[in-house]
Amino acid sequence: MSGQEKRKLTLQQRHKRIGWIFLMPSVIMICLFSFYPMIQAFVLSLQTGLGVDLKFGGLNNYIRIFKDPTFKQTLFNTFFYLIIQVPIMLVLALCLASMLNNKDLRFKGLFRTCIFLPCATSLVSYAMIFRSLFANEGFINTILKDVGIDPINWFGNAWTARAVIIIAMIWRWTGYNMVFYLSGLQNIEYSVYEAARIDGATPLQSFFKITVPLLKPIILLTTITSTNGTLQLFDESLNLTNGGPGTSTMTMSHYIYNTSFVHSPNFGYAAALSIVILVMVAVLALLQMKVGDERE
Amino acid sequence: MSKGKKIVVYMFLTVVSLISVFPLYYMICAATNKSIDVIEGRLIPGTYLIENYKSLIEQQDLALALWNSFRNATILTVLCLLVCSVAGYGFEIYHDKGKDAVFAILLTAMMIPFAAVMIPMFRMFSRLGMVDTMAAFMLPTISTPFMIMMFRQASRSFPHDIIEAARIDGLSEIGIVFRMFVPTMKSTYSAAFIITFMNAWNNYLWPKVILQKNSSVTMPMLVSNLLGSYSIDYGVLMLGVFVCTIPTAIIFFCFQKSFTEGVTGAVK
Repeated sequence: MSGQEKRKLTLQQRHKRIGWIFLMPSVIMICLFSFYPMIQAFVLSLQTGLGVDLKFGGLNNYIRIFKDPTFKQTLFNTFFYLIIQVPIMLVLALCLASMLNNKDLRFKGLFRTCIFLPCATSLVSYAMIFRSLFANEGFINTILKDVGIDPINWFGNAWTARAVIIIAMIWRWTGYNMVFYLSGLQNIEYSVYEAARIDGATPLQSFFKITVPLLKPIILLTTITSTNGTLQLFDESLNLTNGGPGTSTMTMSHYIYNTSFVHSPNFGYAAALSIVILVMVAVLALLQMKVGDERE
Repeated sequence: MSKGKKIVVYMFLTVVSLISVFPLYYMICAATNKSIDVIEGRLIPGTYLIENYKSLIEQQDLALALWNSFRNATILTVLCLLVCSVAGYGFEIYHDKGKDAVFAILLTAMMIPFAAVMIPMFRMFSRLGMVDTMAAFMLPTISTPFMIMMFRQASRSFPHDIIEAARIDGLSEIGIVFRMFVPTMKSTYSAAFIITFMNAWNNYLWPKVILQKNSSVTMPMLVSNLLGSYSIDYGVLMLGVFVCTIPTAIIFFCFQKSFTEGVTGAVK
């Protein structure tokens, strides 16, 4: 009896050890390529100088950030995209998902495929498509001319250029988020909706009283990933508007890229900028998780 | 639903679907037309495809970029699925306090923006003389907390009876993963395959930083290079975009169903 127990224990211990072996490669890689560079970025952010000629500069880089007008501009742009684009996209995705979840709806698969299709394009590709659609002599302006409206210089004006970025992002990501909501909706029993209808609930009521509360974890997940993605926005800024006119549409990641690889490389300052992004992403994620918990 | 409401829903869905598909239709039309026709707003597929193709391969090494992108994305995806699925399985099946704590720490890595680690990583790889190597492109994204989480969640639905039965049959622990777990978790693997392959194929910032030689050009970089010339040839540009989109579109159509199923498994 005791011998058997001992053997069982060692077997369990053996399994535990095998478990560690299973997860070691991925843990080591995440440490090497996420945590370690992050610590390095922090160390780097305390150094000043150009190229490889770096010396300790204390908090100089961080002080410089607060006086940097380009940083303020890119911060404003990034948060502008975040505040306008993320809510519109998520609400639209949620509406589409709950419409497509209707049992009596026909052509469901067709609608879903069409709306999900933009996800198949690469970020650079869709930036190019929208760039040529909204170009000065592009398709949109040609249509405007035909209807008798003066063509708009979309990329020549800060606000219209930002609008194009937001439109493009909504186009690219709504279907993606919709799939997450659709998956979540499939886990909700349809009979819940039928019961609500029999009890006299309007579709709007059942949307707010059933769909939204039950989907809360997924709404939280999509909010966090979208916030994270928008704060790290790069491809669109570079390929759609190249940050222009001036720096009026440039995102923070684009600014970091330019600071470290385009002009005379200033790795220390770029690292300080990236630490600022890291703090903002972390704070926003924690805030969103907190809000998500409170509603329970 | 009343008839009026039904019409509104159908109209809304149709309009959204059309808006979703239109830019892609525009891309196909533009790729097969002369630049001048594209500008004039021609919305019918044309016959200028061959000419656009010829000037595309004249300007850029399309075959090389396609090959590089395919090779990088495929190897990266295989490695990622291997490492992350085994890790996710390990975290769930052999879970104890220690492993749960490690997992919680790993999850915080999700919050680290790529821009934050890009510069130290570039310096690390350049010190090691690994700039312009495939390994430097892949290593940072082989193991991601998101993928580990996805496989960890999916492992929850993997019946313990199967594991016990396999152990009695004398299968090793790693044997159970490959002989039992992988075949049962097909839809999770498909979803993970789509996400990873598309991310790898579309990745632009990191390759732009780490792959600097002309011979390491990838498809997104090639498309971006088409903008470099002073006057943009929209026909050629859209053909580049089209070629860059074909592989991801094919994967998308082949795996769409399992993607939805895999996501459903992950969000449960």
